[in-house]
Amino acid sequence: MSLTVDVRKRLGDFTLDVSFEVEDARETCALLGPSGCGKSLTLKCVAGVLTPDEGRIVLGDRVLFDSEARVNLPPQRRRVGYLFQQYALFPTMTVEQNIAAGAVGVDRRERARRVAEQVRAFRLGGLERLRPAQLSGGQQQRVALARIMAGEPELIMLDEPFSALDGHLRWELEMELTDTLRSFPGGALYVSHNRDEVYRMCDTVCVIDRGRSEEKLTVAQLFSTPATLAAALISGCKNVSAARVAGEKDALTLLACADWGVTLASSLPLPEGVSHAGLRAHYLRVYRLGEVPSGAVNVVRCTVDRVIDSTFSTIAMLATPGGARLRYECEKDAWAALAGERELAVVADPGIVMPLAGGGADA
Amino acid sequence: MDWYPLVNSLRIAAISTVIVFFLGVWLANLVVRAPRLVKGVLDVILTLPLVLPPTVVGYLLLILLGPRRPLGMLAAEFLDLRLTMTWYAAIFATVVVSFPLMYRTARGAFEAFDETLADAGRTLGHSERWVFWRVKMPCCLQGIVAGAVLAFARALGEYGATSMICGYTPGSTATVSTTVYQLWRTGDDAGAFAWVMVNLAISAVVLLAMNWFEARGRASSAAARGAAR
Repeated sequence: MSLTVDVRKRLGDFTLDVSFEVEDARETCALLGPSGCGKSLTLKCVAGVLTPDEGRIVLGDRVLFDSEARVNLPPQRRRVGYLFQQYALFPTMTVEQNIAAGAVGVDRRERARRVAEQVRAFRLGGLERLRPAQLSGGQQQRVALARIMAGEPELIMLDEPFSALDGHLRWELEMELTDTLRSFPGGALYVSHNRDEVYRMCDTVCVIDRGRSEEKLTVAQLFSTPATLAAALISGCKNVSAARVAGEKDALTLLACADWGVTLASSLPLPEGVSHAGLRAHYLRVYRLGEVPSGAVNVVRCTVDRVIDSTFSTIAMLATPGGARLRYECEKDAWAALAGERELAVVADPGIVMPLAGGGADA
Repeated sequence: MDWYPLVNSLRIAAISTVIVFFLGVWLANLVVRAPRLVKGVLDVILTLPLVLPPTVVGYLLLILLGPRRPLGMLAAEFLDLRLTMTWYAAIFATVVVSFPLMYRTARGAFEAFDETLADAGRTLGHSERWVFWRVKMPCCLQGIVAGAVLAFARALGEYGATSMICGYTPGSTATVSTTVYQLWRTGDDAGAFAWVMVNLAISAVVLLAMNWFEARGRASSAAARGAAR
């Protein structure tokens, strides 16, 4: 079931302006961005509990909202399953009644059949008579999913499904939810601010930056060639510098990086309106000054500013000629070979220097 | 002892509580969802009887419902009803006076209600009516019941407006509170004292009932929180 969303909505100072398409019937598309960027608002517009100022929302062959044609289907008729952040189970109903509340417009026998089916599918046997407050967070999530599935929706939308859960519970539930999404015949929208979750569970990703959606990417693209500053930051890129294109050399783009005080060559595709350059902390290579391999490009001589011993790795903050620090992360053993040096050479291969656009950002 | 004043007080309070319950819930739900300006104005109007002296309420009711006033004449003409000086005339007084208590507690309960639950009901395909009666009301029930109990207690004890609109006629418009005043005024101290004791007993029962409701609510939500951990 394809989904097209193209809506605008003003709420006080905040403007939501999102547009994306989920073409594939079974695609799980992530809406990724920091909290407050408008991800949940987007879901509310699709569900119909919030009315956009203008735009169009089409699910399959049904127009859910079209400001020009004055179409605005009520949420009751949209057939969109919405997993709310805190699950929004009805507190005064039992597990069974909650699931039954998802099967609307069917006769009693069919409702009972669907409840039984979902109780089985989500392993809720034995919990039927309990109330939501008596369940663990994970059980609550399963009941909320069962309730949605009992309505046989055409699209499901998940709003930060793990935000209400403790860390150690999340992993089990994440695997379960992945299975649920795989077996669901329709598409899914997955709202998150967690890049790792998105990488593991979603096919495509649409980064939302202060209310504006960016071009949809595959999950692999987001991490290899994010193209915008917002996408690079949310995908976990730790090092960014203001930059401009300073020319071309040997089919490589030269980027003058102001904050780092160096010019770096990049072999990655050049987006329109480059304003920044990004370097991932894990991809840098660091050598003692005399040991840089011959032929290395983009060698930056840095002063060791600070070394932080982290859980499983060592993080070094290296001051660049421009003053800004580069964050470098490596295995503890690897760092042991470099320890004690006051100055080190950082090598950023042209394949990891990411030219980034969209730097009106104050990020 | 003639128990008529007690029976009369109880039926007046019961009928007025039923009216105030539906009126209060309906208007509270309306005000909670109204735009800010409308909300402010309506809230002042609906709460006014709480701060007005009951005699002012009684005076205003007489202006509206008196036998030579349009409403009073209409009722007499078409329904053959007298809206003053009858036992049921007291219902007008108790409804107006006890309404703000019901309205304000219901409004508080509705304001504390998590609207995402209503949105969840809607996205699952349920009508507004279903969402209200099956989700919103059950969630807010404790506050609403507390409001109804308060309104009942207030209606039971109403004196000022009641005495103005239906006076004191033994066996007809006499209520517990007007009887206490009448007996004391005529020097029947023993009779007045007996009715004072009845009044104290009723008030104690009502307060006990309210505390019981509250404690039950607290216990069940505490148990719920405990189980969630």
